[in-house]
Amino acid sequence: MADPMRIRASMQGDKVLVRVLMSHEMETGQRKDESGKIVPAHFIQNVTVTHNGKTVLSAEWGPAVSKNPFLQFQFAGGKVGDKIQIIWTDNKGGTRTDEAVVN
Amino acid sequence: MTKGFIGALAMLALGVGIARAQPDAGTLRGIEKYREALAEDNPAELWEARGAELWNARRGPKGASLAQCDLGKGPGVVKGAYAELPRYFADADRVMDLETRLVHCMVTLQGFSAAEVTRRPFGGPDHRSDFEALAAFVAAQSKGVKMNVSLDHPKERAAFLLGEQMFFYRGGPHDFACATCHGESNKRIRLQDLPNLTDAKDAQRAYTTWPGYRVSQGELRTMQWRLNDCFRQQRFPQLKFASDTSIALTMFLAHNANGGVFNAPAVKR
Repeated sequence: MADPMRIRASMQGDKVLVRVLMSHEMETGQRKDESGKIVPAHFIQNVTVTHNGKTVLSAEWGPAVSKNPFLQFQFAGGKVGDKIQIIWTDNKGGTRTDEAVVN
Repeated sequence: MTKGFIGALAMLALGVGIARAQPDAGTLRGIEKYREALAEDNPAELWEARGAELWNARRGPKGASLAQCDLGKGPGVVKGAYAELPRYFADADRVMDLETRLVHCMVTLQGFSAAEVTRRPFGGPDHRSDFEALAAFVAAQSKGVKMNVSLDHPKERAAFLLGEQMFFYRGGPHDFACATCHGESNKRIRLQDLPNLTDAKDAQRAYTTWPGYRVSQGELRTMQWRLNDCFRQQRFPQLKFASDTSIALTMFLAHNANGGVFNAPAVKR
């Protein structure tokens, strides 16, 4: 099971600023290990962010995204106390869901 | 339009000329800016979170947590502990740095064997290090605390003196000492400033920012790792994890940093 994400969501003027740190290897599938074998690709493919149940961001990622990715974005229409839920799914079927409250 | 373009080119060429001549203030500001951009939302937090979990988890043959581990300020006291390490521990009759003390607690409290827990102390692509997570967690509890490493005990003083000797000891195929790179001010290798570790200000800035998240490795690294890698770069024999030499060097560096405000885990290139 993957490690929890670190999510921070705060009001910046009339918008919600969301900052997320995800814990993931993000293997590209191009690297070889010590014995010369290719390390299989393992990366986050889909990221979905919902605000009170409604999707506000949906992203398709690839192997070019860095290890332990950091994601930051803003959306309108939120307020303090709202619930933000983030789900990622990787190419091996691994997934992680975490929540945060806007402050 | 063409004239403006040529003008811009000329200015660019001039800029390159200056940069080649010497690392001017603009270049250094650029490096600073890059560092600041990296410092926001430090992935070290992921290690801190895992370290907190490890600290409280019941593990090992004795099924105990590390919550009773004495880091020098009493059993279980983590806050401010890192700023006073290394220090002499009467129960082990030895000067210990954080990682060595963690090994001690894993052995005495949790019942692990020292050989087993130190077999692969540093994390890599296929292996996560418990020490790196625990060190991130413990060090973070000293943020904002002034470094205050004591040399009151004779063994603490002896460790400091051994560390000092090690720091200036030249050896290996390159006839290198730590001081070769870290004994003069305002030097750098490519974009990396080389702190002059014999100078209080530089020593403070360097020591108070380890452990750090190394962007280029995607790993959180501790002082033991830093010294281990310095030894590799010097082509010295491999520095044994938690050895007296590693603790002595850490003692020398930590004491030189006394008075500096601790601010790690930081983010490194």
